Amino acid sequence: MRLRWGGERLLSVLSPVLLLALWELAARTNAIDTRFFPAPSDIFAAAVTLIRTGELWDNLSITLVRLAVGFLLGAVPGIVIGLAMGLFSPVRAILQPLVDGTFPIPKIAILPLFILIFGLGEESKYAIIAVAVVYLVLINTQAGVRNIDRIYLDVGKNYHATRWMMFTDVALPGAAPLILAGLRLGMGVALLVIVAAEFVGARSGVGYQIWTSWQVFQVDRMFVYLLVTAVIGFGTAVVMTFLERVLLPWKQP
Amino acid sequence: MTSTAPVKVRIRGLRKRFSVKGRPIEALDGIDVDVEAGAFLCIVGPSGCGKTTLLRILAGLEEKTAGTIEVARDAAGKDARERPVNAMVFQEQSIFPWMTVRDNVAFGLKARGFSRRDRYAIVEPFIRRANLGGFEDALPHQLSGGMKQRVSITRAFANDPEMLLMDEPFAALDEQTKLILQAELLRIWEESRKTVLYVTHSIDEAIVLADRILVMTARPGRVKDVVDVASVFGRPRRVEAVKESAQYGELFGRVWGALREEVMGAQAAEAVS
Ligand SMILES: Nc1ncnc2c1ncn2[C@@H]1O[C@H](COP(=O)(O)OP(=O)(O)O)[C@@H](O)[C@H]1O
Ligand SMILES: [Mg+2]
Repeated sequence: MRLRWGGERLLSVLSPVLLLALWELAARTNAIDTRFFPAPSDIFAAAVTLIRTGELWDNLSITLVRLAVGFLLGAVPGIVIGLAMGLFSPVRAILQPLVDGTFPIPKIAILPLFILIFGLGEESKYAIIAVAVVYLVLINTQAGVRNIDRIYLDVGKNYHATRWMMFTDVALPGAAPLILAGLRLGMGVALLVIVAAEFVGARSGVGYQIWTSWQVFQVDRMFVYLLVTAVIGFGTAVVMTFLERVLLPWKQP
Repeated sequence: MTSTAPVKVRIRGLRKRFSVKGRPIEALDGIDVDVEAGAFLCIVGPSGCGKTTLLRILAGLEEKTAGTIEVARDAAGKDARERPVNAMVFQEQSIFPWMTVRDNVAFGLKARGFSRRDRYAIVEPFIRRANLGGFEDALPHQLSGGMKQRVSITRAFANDPEMLLMDEPFAALDEQTKLILQAELLRIWEESRKTVLYVTHSIDEAIVLADRILVMTARPGRVKDVVDVASVFGRPRRVEAVKESAQYGELFGRVWGALREEVMGAQAAEAVS
């Protein structure tokens, strides 16, 4: 068993290396069109240049700030409104139709409207991310509260827990796993939305660089920034996993 | 129990009707019972006869449809910190998975406004006596089923209620664990002598624990019989001694005799519907 597991691990490491090697070979022998698929070594060289000039970090940091601010602007109200909707049925009655009615709109479709309202500055980016994030967090938080096992509410009631304690000691921790699932989903969508928004609605950022690289046909640069988006996606996933570890020790195996 | 002990709970004509999709379901059909202060009353009955419903009404988790419940309070005041009337130990897993053992046990005290320091000091000896020492900071998922039920029972005892409502707390446990926890429960209860209403589907468990056994009819639940155990087995009581004695079989026969036709009736009704 152990040997097989070690073997599988080796295979998992080997397969991307092998793919890169094949890609390099194919590019060098002109088996593939290097205008579309530049050799990995060329992409690497482009990356080194972009890092050295500081351009990569400039664009990455701009995108990260947009992500962070927009995400917080969406996540915090999402949790608060979701909790309120889960706990209080009048709030649910008022907001549910609005949520259900607007949720299906693809969020990126609102970008032109936001650019109209907020201009091409940072605010429109924050707003579009916030809107994309708020729904997923809100819907998951609400589901988290409503799916808390009735028994825990009964215990709270039998022990005469105050409203505040019902909230802090029962509802919030009980809903926490789904809240975090919502945050994770929200982060994924935020990344999608910011890259798309930067394509057309920005003068900087990773998405903007991907788009302009294509327009000026610097495909190696485009690949470098594609790689950067992958790293951001991976990084945010690691952060979410860390948050779950810290906040949900009782869910850890 | 001697009949001179004051009555702690007086239940008269207690009825409960649920409505399921507009159809009424009679769960309890006029329960009359007196429970003396400090008595351990076991309630047995066919499944679905309303045992849990009875406890939930007493616990304030369900509204009664008719009847009266009078509880003689030990002390009546308006202070939130005063001893609570009851604490329920639930049939299903009910300790909070996100709290440590210590915080679970201290939950009731926190609700009553005790500071963290005070409540941790209060629960300490309870945790120790329940053989949970060393597990104060453990989370429930790290505990066995038996230990989880210990936490649940300790949570109820630590809140020092005037009355304990226990709903088949050991039903899901294996036989050996059950024996150990029954002995533990007896030991802890005998120190405090709280009034206990204890639901079980095990006649054996009822005889081992109870002063009196209340046998319920099939749904809708009524009182079928009350079997006196205290006059046969005194206190303090040893689980093994009870099971080895000749009177054990006699009592078992009496309870089973009352229960048998109800269980068969309930099964027949189930087969028809
Ligand atoms: N919340 C409820 N709504 C509708 N019917 C219920 C509800 N709770 C219990 N019942 C019904 O009342 C009867 C008694 O249930 P219960 O008190 O749980 O029985 P027991 O604990 O004796 O097995 C059952 O027929 C059950 O289906
Ligand atoms: Mg039950």
